[in-house]
This record gives sequence, C-alpha cells and structure tokens, in this order.
Amino acid sequence: MKLPIYLDYSATTPVDPRVAEKMIPYLTEHFGNPASRSHAFGWKAEEAVEEARAHVAALVNCDPKEIVWTSGATESINLALKGAAEFYKTKGKHLITMTVEHKATLDTMRELERRGFEVTYLNPRDDGLLDPAQLEAAIRPDTILVSIMYVNNEIGTIQDIPAIGELCRAKGVLFHVDSAQATGKCPIDLASLKVDLMSFSAHKTYGPKGVGALYVRRKPRVRLEAQIHGGGHERGFRSGTLATHQIVGMGEAYRIAKLEMATENERIRALRDKLLAGVRRIEEVFVNGDLERRVPHNLNVSFNFVEGESLIMAVKDIAVSSGSACTSASLEPSYVLRALGRSDELAHSSIRFTLGRFTTEEEIDYAVEHIRVKVAKLREMSPLWEMYKEGVDLNSVQWAAH
Amino acid sequence: MAYSDKVIDHYENPRNVGSFDKSDEGVGTGMVGAPACGDVMKLQIRVGKDGLIEDARFKTYGCGSAIASSSLVTEWVKGKTLEEAATIKNTQIAEELALPPVKIHCSILAEDAIKAAIADYRKRHGDAEPGKKAVNE
Repeated sequence: MKLPIYLDYSATTPVDPRVAEKMIPYLTEHFGNPASRSHAFGWKAEEAVEEARAHVAALVNCDPKEIVWTSGATESINLALKGAAEFYKTKGKHLITMTVEHKATLDTMRELERRGFEVTYLNPRDDGLLDPAQLEAAIRPDTILVSIMYVNNEIGTIQDIPAIGELCRAKGVLFHVDSAQATGKCPIDLASLKVDLMSFSAHKTYGPKGVGALYVRRKPRVRLEAQIHGGGHERGFRSGTLATHQIVGMGEAYRIAKLEMATENERIRALRDKLLAGVRRIEEVFVNGDLERRVPHNLNVSFNFVEGESLIMAVKDIAVSSGSACTSASLEPSYVLRALGRSDELAHSSIRFTLGRFTTEEEIDYAVEHIRVKVAKLREMSPLWEMYKEGVDLNSVQWAAH
Repeated sequence: MAYSDKVIDHYENPRNVGSFDKSDEGVGTGMVGAPACGDVMKLQIRVGKDGLIEDARFKTYGCGSAIASSSLVTEWVKGKTLEEAATIKNTQIAEELALPPVKIHCSILAEDAIKAAIADYRKRHGDAEPGKKAVNE
C-alpha cells in the first residue's frame, strides 16, 4: 500500500490509464485540427471529436448535437448562466440559485448582479436539500433561469432534479444543472429530465483536466449569447480550436463511466460505509448532510473539539480536505456547512473524505485506524475536549470572540 | 498551507501539553479565543516562591500554528519573572515560527494567553504587587 492514501476524489480524480492510453495518439500522431476540412489529418481529428461527443451524450442520454465542448465545468457554467441571462434579458432580469452552490455558480451570479440582474439565493434545509415549496415561492414573473447543482461537492447530497425540472418547466423558467460531481455517480437521463442546460467536467470522472461540456437543449430550443468569439466553432456557442486529445479523453472517461458505474458505485458504497462505521466508533462525530440522498463516494463528518486544519496536518498519511476556515484564505469556515445550520465549531471541525475507483479496502482500514489515533492525540491537546469531559456546557461559557 | 520546520516541529512534538490543578495556589490560568473562531488556547503557569515561573502547560484547540505558538510560549515563559513574561510580544512569536501573514492572529492569541494567565495569578494573590493593576482585565 502506497502512502499517502488519496481520499479526495471530489477535488479531482486520476486519469484512468485506459483514458490516458486513448489520448496519447491524438497528441503525436493524429494531431490535426478538427476544423480542417481539406485533408485527412483534420478528418481524423474531427471523427475522434464526434465519437467522443457521442460517448458523452450516451452517458446522459441526449442527442450528441446538444453537447458543446468547453474548457471545464466552470466555463460551462459561465456560458450557461451569462449566455442565457444576456439572451433572455428582455424577458426578465431575475435568476435563482442556492447558497450551497459551487463558487463557479455563485461568483458568476455575483457578476450578473453587477451587470444589473437580480439573484435570489435559497438556503437548503438542514439535510442540505432544496425545499421545492421555497423554490416555487421564489419564482417571479420576471424569473428567467434557475440554477441548482445535481450533487454538492462538499457533502455529496443529491438534489431532486426531476422534481425541480418539472416545477421550472411548468413555470416557463429555464433550468441549468451543474453536474460536475454527478457524472458516473448518478444515472442522468436528459430525455426524461426537464433540464435545459447542464454543465459537465471530465476530471471529476477519471478524465483529464482542462475539458468539459455544456448540454444545450434543442427541443424546446434554448438560446445563448456566446461568451467567447473567434471562428464560430461549436455552432457558434464556443469559439476556439478544439483540444482533440482532451476531448478524446473525456469521451473515453464517460464511456467507461457508463459501462462500469453500476458495479463501481456499489463497491465504493461498501467501502464508504466501512469508513463511516469506523469513524462512528469515535465519540462526538457528526455526519454532515443527508446520508440517504447522497452519492456513495462521499463522507463529510465533523470531529467535535478538534480543529479541521490541525486534523488534516495530523492525518498526513491520508489526503483529504476540510471545511475548516484555516484551510482557506478567507478564514471563514465552510459556507456550505454554515448554510446547513451547522455551528461554526462543527464547521471548523469537518473533514471531507471522497473515495473513488482506485480506493481499496486495505486503504480504508488503514485510514480508520490512522484517524482514530490522531483524533485521540489532538483531543488530549484540546481544552474544549477537557471541558466537555468535565461536564462543562461549552455553550454556557462566555468566550472572548476575536 | 506551507509551514516552517519550526511550526511542524512544535506541532508534531508539542512541549508541555497538559493541565495543572487550577485551584493550586501557585497556578495562574489563562483561556483565550472562542470555538466559533476556530481557536481556543489554555495556558497555565506555576509560579515558585522566588517569583519565577517554574513550569507551564498548555492545551489548544486550533490550527497547526495556534498549537505551535502556544507550545513555544510555554518554553519561553519558564524561568522568567511575571514582568518579564508579560513583555513577550506576538511579533517575536511570529518571527520565531516564521508564521505566514494569515496566521499572525495565532501569535496574538498566544500573547493574550500569557497575559491572561499572569492576570489570573495576580488576581488570586491579591495585592502581591501593590499598585500594579493586572493587565488584560
């Protein structure tokens, strides 16, 4: 077993060796520009790009013509939100999203606010899920778009996208879904979902970084104002020479995901449940977010009375991430956990474990023991743990906030 | 977060972790910070009959640099008089540990913890030093 153990698959995944192998010839041998119509080099590259497009479309059950290549989910989200807002601004100036969205959505919404749009940010319930009644109440006559993430990147909760889609369609509002964390984890059927725009990433699903896609529905047709100009590639939605090798990688990664996701997810779920059972044997451990409506590879827990950054430093044999303030530049604890109504203390004490294709049972066993020892060591050092053990109610203490 | 070797050393081999009995006559206890802010430091000093700090203990809930800052000051206060210990400045702590700017508040907290422990000791000893008001009250 190699140390450190990678348990941060929601940050990024390794490229599957089968994917890397498929990509390499498109760097050296078949290097043509897919837009070159006049020779075999171009035709070969174009053929590969279209095959990859078909694989991506197949995973989410849509028409390949509805897939637009981008540089990643962040660009897809920017194109979807800014593109739709700019195109439909005569219809209305109001958009709706959630406070627990990824920064790619939140920061794009902030930019739209600067451009004169109005945005409503809905809070989730304590389990991390959107209350549909709250969304319905927030939709106004001038609402043009709702954007909700399929799977939350921090807590792994799965939103009820089919229900939200029905609601948006009934109200005549466009619906964008950020699926960066969902591909290969949740079955996605765009033929039945009432979703108009959907953003995808390759590198969260064992493909390369630097490539993603945006699904743009054709029936009923969704229009966008292009954000990048220069040649009119991708039916005018997104100009720029296509990165053939990256696109081939994304296609192959999505092809493998479609084939293997059912068995892979069950294997990962069993490992995640083993990890959960292991950390639950430690006192004062709290799971963040709903456990049932959650992707199988995510576990987000708070170890009370231990600060997250110091825990991450202590568990150096495993690579995980924290919702602690100290791991961010802003010194604010996770805005996602705060939105769930978690106290600052528990938000500071949270660790996100995300498992994946190459996680083994041996690694999970090692991780559980490693965490148990390190949490005990840090608690020995924690004045809060000492007070808790003495029966002091920490909420009754007058702290000097600083 | 890229930490200096000194922070890593104090974090991995913290000096003087533990607690003294708060009610012990020679002990002064300072607790600063708040759980909601992500760091709480408890620093205790034991003062000998000669007026020198003969031992110190800490417990800290916080990030690596908060733990390192409190570990360091337990070493620094030993053998000092209360007046000398009270002159320890956060800038000295930050410099010794080469703390990044975003972590300077950890050294400020450590300075506050020393002052709070000294103030507690003085308060419990009444007018051990008449005319001198306890700091940080």
